[in-house]
Amino acid sequence: MTEPMEARALTPARIRQIILEQSKRAGVGHIGSALSIADIVAALYFHVLRIGDVREPERDRFILSKGHAVLALYAALFLRDWLSEDALNSYCGDGSLLGVHPEHALPGIDFSTGSLGQGLPMGVGSALAARLQRSARRVFVLVSDAECNEGALWEAVMFAAHHRLANLTAIVDLNGQQALGYTDQVLSLTPLAARWRAFGWDVHEVDGHDVAGLTRTIGSLDTRGGPPHVLVARTVFGKGVSYMERQLKWHYWPMSDEEYRQAMAEIGS
Amino acid sequence: MRRSFVRTLVELAAADPRLLLLTGDLGYNALEPFMERFPDRFFNVGVAEQNMVGMATGLADAGFIPFCYSIVTFASLRPYEFIRNGPVLHRLPVRIVGIGGGFDYGPQGTTHHGLEDLAVMRVQPGMTVIAPADHEQLACALRSAWDFPGPMYIRLGKDDTLTIPGLEGRFELGRAQRLRDGADCALIATGPVAVEAVGAADDLAARGIRATVLVIASIQPAPVDDLAGVLASVPVALTVEAHYVVGGLGSLVAEIAAERALGCRVLRCGVRQPPDGRSGSQAYMHRTHGLSREALVETALRALSAG
Repeated sequence: MTEPMEARALTPARIRQIILEQSKRAGVGHIGSALSIADIVAALYFHVLRIGDVREPERDRFILSKGHAVLALYAALFLRDWLSEDALNSYCGDGSLLGVHPEHALPGIDFSTGSLGQGLPMGVGSALAARLQRSARRVFVLVSDAECNEGALWEAVMFAAHHRLANLTAIVDLNGQQALGYTDQVLSLTPLAARWRAFGWDVHEVDGHDVAGLTRTIGSLDTRGGPPHVLVARTVFGKGVSYMERQLKWHYWPMSDEEYRQAMAEIGS
Repeated sequence: MRRSFVRTLVELAAADPRLLLLTGDLGYNALEPFMERFPDRFFNVGVAEQNMVGMATGLADAGFIPFCYSIVTFASLRPYEFIRNGPVLHRLPVRIVGIGGGFDYGPQGTTHHGLEDLAVMRVQPGMTVIAPADHEQLACALRSAWDFPGPMYIRLGKDDTLTIPGLEGRFELGRAQRLRDGADCALIATGPVAVEAVGAADDLAARGIRATVLVIASIQPAPVDDLAGVLASVPVALTVEAHYVVGGLGSLVAEIAAERALGCRVLRCGVRQPPDGRSGSQAYMHRTHGLSREALVETALRALSAG
C-alpha cells in the first residue's frame, strides 16, 4: 500500500522502522550499523542539508562513507520523497539500484561508497571544488570509527586541514564496534577527538542520538572560514533495539520473525 | 616527455578553466611552468596518492578535469582501488598521469619500474589508456583526447628528446600508427621502446626481411581493426613493450588474434622474469629482457626460421 506523502513523519523512529522492515524483508544484515546512525541521518536530512532537489548542482553534498549502513539513508530519501516506495521495496532485489552499499546511479546518492576510507577523500575534493567555484554548498561526510583505521582517511584529514576547508564537515559514528570486535580491542582509536584536533580540525564531541543537539552544533559551525569541522558523535551500535545494542553479532546477522516483532515493538510503530 | 606534457597542459589550461593539476609531490624541475602560470589550479597534495585520486573524483564530479601526476607505480598501483571506485565507477574525467613507464627509472630500482600499469588500467571498463612513444606523439594525444569523457590513464616516458623515426607526432584514439610496411612479419610496439622496434625493422630489412611496424599509443580503446588487418597479413608478429608480458600490449594483440581466429603467431616481447633486485640503465634493462634492437632481430629470425 502506498503511504501518502503527508503521512511520512520525518522522525528517527520512522528511519529505524524502515531499516528493520527492509532488513527483514530482504533477509540481510548491517542492521546495528544502520540503527547507530539513524539520528545523525535524521538531523542531516530533516534539518541540516540544503537540498531543494537531489539533482540540483548547488545542493549540499552528503557522502555516507560507511556505506554498509545505507538503509538509514534510503529511509531518509524515502521519507523526504526523493525515493519511491516501489524503489525502496526493491532493496537487495535483482537489478535494483538499492544494494547493500550506495550507488551514485541512484538519484539522491552523491557518491558510491562501500570501501572504507574513500568517502573523506572524495568529500575533500567536493569541498575544494565548491571553494574553487565560489559556491556556498557544504559537504558532509559520515565515517565510521573503525574507518579511522584506514590510512587514506588521514591523508584527507591532513589535506583538508592544510587547505582550511571550512565547508567540509566530517561526522564520526563513534559506536566503538567493528566487524570482528570492539574498536578498543581490535585497534585502539583512543583518544579519537584529540587525534582529529591534533591534525588541525575543529572538533565537537556530541551525543550522536540527540537530533536537536546535532542540528544545533552543525548550525553553529563556521562553514565560510577556518578549519574543517568534525563531530565525534558518541553512538550506541544497534540503538533502539535492546537485544542488538552493543552486540557484535548484529553487524552481519539478519532477524528471525520473533526478533523482528520484538524490534518493531521496541521502536514503536 | 615531462616538458612536452607540461607545455601542452599549460596551453590547454589557458583555454579551459576546468583543467586542474594535482601532484603527489613529484615533478621537480618539470611542473613549474604550470604552477607559476596557474597557482590557483595547481595542488601539491603531498605524498598521498590515494587522497589525490579520491579528491580528483570529488573535483571531477563538480565539473573539473583534474590531472593527477606521479611516477607510474605510485600513480597507478598505490591508489588503484580509488581509481576503480572513483573515476571508473562514477565515469568521471579524472586523468591519471604516470611518469616513467617501463625501465625509464632504470637504476632507481624495482620499486620505480612501471611494468604492470597498462595491464591494470586497461582492465577497467571505460578507462582510456594512452601510452605515447615520444614527446611529439604525447602532445598530439593530449590535444586531441584530454577532455574525452570518462577516466584516462596516460603513461609518460622520461625522455624529452627522443623521437621515433617516421611517427611524426601522429596520434588518433582507437587507431594504430603504421611506420613501415612489410609482409614477412610485424613489429607492434608501445611507448618509447618502439625505437628499438624501428631499429630492428631496419636490421631485418638489411637481411631482406620486410617488417610492418606499428606503434600503439591508444591501448584503450584498442585499434582492433588496424591490428586485425596486420595480423591477417603476416605469419609472425612480435609485440614490443617495456611491461610484463601478461596483461599489456602482448596480451591485447593475442586476444585479437584469438578472437578473430587469425593464424598469425604472436610472440610477446617484454618482461618475463620476476624482479631479482638487479637494475641498471634503461638500455641495460632492455637488453636483459630481450627488448633491445638486437634481441628483437634475433627473436624475429628464430620465429621465422621455425616456420
